[in-house]
Amino acid sequence: MSRSWAVISNYSIYSATAVFALSFIVHAIETAWAVKVPAAGKSSLDYTRNGRAARIATALMILGFLLLLVGVVARGISASRAPWGNMYEFSITGALAFSGAYLAALRKYDLRWLGLLVSVSVLLTLGTAITVLYVPSAPLVPALKSEWLIIHVSTAIISGGVFLLSNVIATAYLVLDRIESKGERNEWAKRLPSLEVLDQLSYRLVAFVFPLWTFSVVSGAIWAESAWGRYWGWDPKETWAFITWVAYAAYLHARVTIGWRGRRAAWLCLFAGSTFLFNYVYINIWGTGKHTYSGL
Amino acid sequence: MSNQIQIPELDGTSLARYLWRQLTSMRTALILLLLLGVAAIPGSLFPQRTQNPMQVSDYFKNSPEQAEWLDRFWLFDVYGSPWFSAVYILLFISLIGCVLPRTIEHLKNARALPPATPKNLSRMEHFQQWSSNGSELETARAWFKKNRFRVLETEDSISAEKGFARETGNLFFHLALILVLVGISFSSLFGMRGEAILNVGERFVNNVTSYDSLTYGKLYRDSNLQDFMFTADNFVAKYNVLTGAPEDYTLDVSLLQGEKGILEKKTMKVNSPLTIGDTRIYLQANGYSPVVTVVDSQLNVAFQGPVPFLPQDSQLRSIGAIKAPDAEPAVGFVGSFLPTYERDGANGGISVYPEALNPRLLLAAWVGDLGLDSGTPQSVYRIDTSKMQQVGLKALKPGESFVYPGGVITFEGYVQWVNISFVTDPGKKFALLGAIVAIIGLLASLFTRRRRIWIRVGEKVEVAGLAKNAAPGLDEEITEFIQRLKGDK
Repeated sequence: MSRSWAVISNYSIYSATAVFALSFIVHAIETAWAVKVPAAGKSSLDYTRNGRAARIATALMILGFLLLLVGVVARGISASRAPWGNMYEFSITGALAFSGAYLAALRKYDLRWLGLLVSVSVLLTLGTAITVLYVPSAPLVPALKSEWLIIHVSTAIISGGVFLLSNVIATAYLVLDRIESKGERNEWAKRLPSLEVLDQLSYRLVAFVFPLWTFSVVSGAIWAESAWGRYWGWDPKETWAFITWVAYAAYLHARVTIGWRGRRAAWLCLFAGSTFLFNYVYINIWGTGKHTYSGL
Repeated sequence: MSNQIQIPELDGTSLARYLWRQLTSMRTALILLLLLGVAAIPGSLFPQRTQNPMQVSDYFKNSPEQAEWLDRFWLFDVYGSPWFSAVYILLFISLIGCVLPRTIEHLKNARALPPATPKNLSRMEHFQQWSSNGSELETARAWFKKNRFRVLETEDSISAEKGFARETGNLFFHLALILVLVGISFSSLFGMRGEAILNVGERFVNNVTSYDSLTYGKLYRDSNLQDFMFTADNFVAKYNVLTGAPEDYTLDVSLLQGEKGILEKKTMKVNSPLTIGDTRIYLQANGYSPVVTVVDSQLNVAFQGPVPFLPQDSQLRSIGAIKAPDAEPAVGFVGSFLPTYERDGANGGISVYPEALNPRLLLAAWVGDLGLDSGTPQSVYRIDTSKMQQVGLKALKPGESFVYPGGVITFEGYVQWVNISFVTDPGKKFALLGAIVAIIGLLASLFTRRRRIWIRVGEKVEVAGLAKNAAPGLDEEITEFIQRLKGDK
C-alpha cells in the first residue's frame, strides 16, 4: 500500500518536472517573441501574439504545480507522515511553495515576466532533488516524530518560498536599475513593471512573510525544548535562522524607519535572502549540528 | 539648523547626552542589528564549547597554536563572549532608549482626537467632490462609527483617523523582545543543566555525585536540586529493518519523588520528556555497554560490570575502554562493540545493523601504567597507551573469555545505556510569552494601516484622505466610503 503511494509520488514528481520543463520552454518562447525587433515604423512591441503563449505557459505552470502537489501529498501518505523528513522532501516541497507563491502573487499582479525565472528555478530544484537528493520513502527518525514537524517545517518552507520570490524581484530591480542608468530599457525589458513597482513588491512580500518566519523560528524553539531539552542552543541551523531573522528585521527597519528605497534596499534584501539559502544548502549538506536530517 | 557644525561642549552631562542620542538613533540601532547578525556567524564556523566540547579539545590537539589564538578572541565561546554580549547589550539599550519615549508618547496620544480637517481639501490626496444632498454628514458619521474610526467633528466637517494599532503593535513587539531577553537571563541565573549516562537496570538518585556533567546558573544552589530518584527499567529501540534508521526510542522508568514516596511508572520518548516540578528530563542518546569481568594473575576480580561504549556510526559500532588499574598487572582494554557483526574484507569487523543480533566485542589488551594517577583528566572512552604495551587481540562472542598474558577477561553480555539530560529553565515561560506577544505585535504593526479621511459638507461634498507610510488600500476604502455617501450601495 505505502509502496504504491511512493510510486505514485515518484511518477507525479517526474511528470511535474516534465511539465515545468514545457512551461519553461513556452515562457522562453514568449520572452523571445517579445524580444523580437518590432516591425519597422512601430514604436513598441506587439504583444498580441505573446498573450496566447503567456497563457499556455501559465496553464502549464498550474498543471505542474498540481502534479507536484499530488507528488508531495502521495509522498506523505506513503510514509504516513508529513513529507518533510529529508532534503529530497524539503526540496520538492520548497519547489511547490515557490511555484505556489508565484501563482498566488499572479492573481494580484501581472508577474508573468517572472515566469521564465520561476520555471527554471523550479526545474533546477526538482532536477537536483530527483538526481542527487533522492532517498526512498521511509519513516522518520525519533526526534522528528512530533506534531511540531508540520507546523515548524511548513512555515519555514513557505517563508523560504516567499523570501526567494522577493529576492528574484529584488534582482530584477537591480538589473533593470542598471539598464535604466545607462539609458533606455531594452525592448524586452519594457514589458517589465516600473522600478517603483518592483521595489514595493519585494518589500511587501518580505513584510508579509516576516511574521511567519518569526513564528517558524519560535515554533522550532518550542519543538527543540521538547526534543533536545533547550529552546535555543546556537546549533548552526538555529544560528543561521537567527541571522536571517536579524537581516530581514534590519531590512524592514531600513525601509520603514529610515526610508531606504531602491538599490540599497534591494541589496539588503538580497543579503538577507542569501543567508536563508546558505542555511538551506550549506548547513543541510555540509553542516554539523542537530539539524542533520538531509539524508545525505 | 545653522550651517556650522555644532560641537557639543565636553562637560560630563552634555557628552553623556550626546552619546545617548547617538546610541539611540535609528542608524546606530540598524548598524547594531546587522552587527549582531554578523557576530553570530563565527559561532557556526568554529566548534563551540557549549555544544561540542570534544571537537574543541580536538582542535586544540590538532592545531594548538591556531586554537590558542582563536581562544584569545573567544571564538570557541562566541555566544558568551564579551564582544557578542557587548553588541546585544548595546542593541537592547538602544532599543529601550528608542522604545520607552515612544511608549510614553503613544500613551499620551491614546485618547487624542485627530487633527482638524484641513482648510483646503482639494490639495490633499484622493480628493473628490460632488453636489450635496444634505444627509452626507450623517451617513459619514455612521460609516466612521461602524468602521471604528476616531473622529473630530465640527459643524460642517468630520476628520477621522484609524490605525493606532500599528504603533501599539510595534511597541509591543519591541517590549516583548526585552521580555525574551529577560527570560534568557533569568534562566542563566536560576537554571540548571546536567547529563548522566545510565545503564538500563541502574538507579539514578538526584544529587550532585550522580551526574557526569552538571552546570548551574549563577544563583542556583545544590539545595535547589529536586528530590527524586528513578530506575531505568526497560529501553526499547526500534529500527527500520531495511535501512537500520532508528524509528522509535522508549524508556520505561520507575519514579520515586518527594517525601511521599509513591512509586510511579513513567514512559519517556524523544519528544516527550518527563516533568518533575520545574525540572524536565530528556532521553537524548543511547548505546551499548558490554558487561565484562576481569580476573587478574592473583585470581582477584579486578573489574566487573557494564562499561558504556560510544557509538561511532548509525549501525552503532561503538568504541570504549575498559580500565582495571588495580589488577596485577594493571591492564586496560581498547574495545569495539559491534551489535551485528559481519566480516568486511577491507575494514575487518563492521556492524551492519544497530540492534544486537550477532554481538561481538573486539579487544586489544594493554598492560602497564594507565596514567590515571597522573592528575590530568582522561576520557573514560579512551586509554592513554603511551606507557603501556599491547599484549593481545581478540574477538569475543557473549560468554567467551580471552586469556591474555596476566589474566583473563570474560565478555558476559551487554546492556543498553541511555544518556539523560536534566534541565531546569525557569525563564523559558517568560521567553515564550515574549515570543508570542512579539508575533502578535508584529502582525498588528505590519498589517495595520494608519490613515485619515476627511469630509466637509457645504454646497458640495468634499472628501479627501491621507495614508501614512504610503500604505496601499486607501483608494478602495475611500471609494467604498463615497459609494455609501452617494447611496450607491
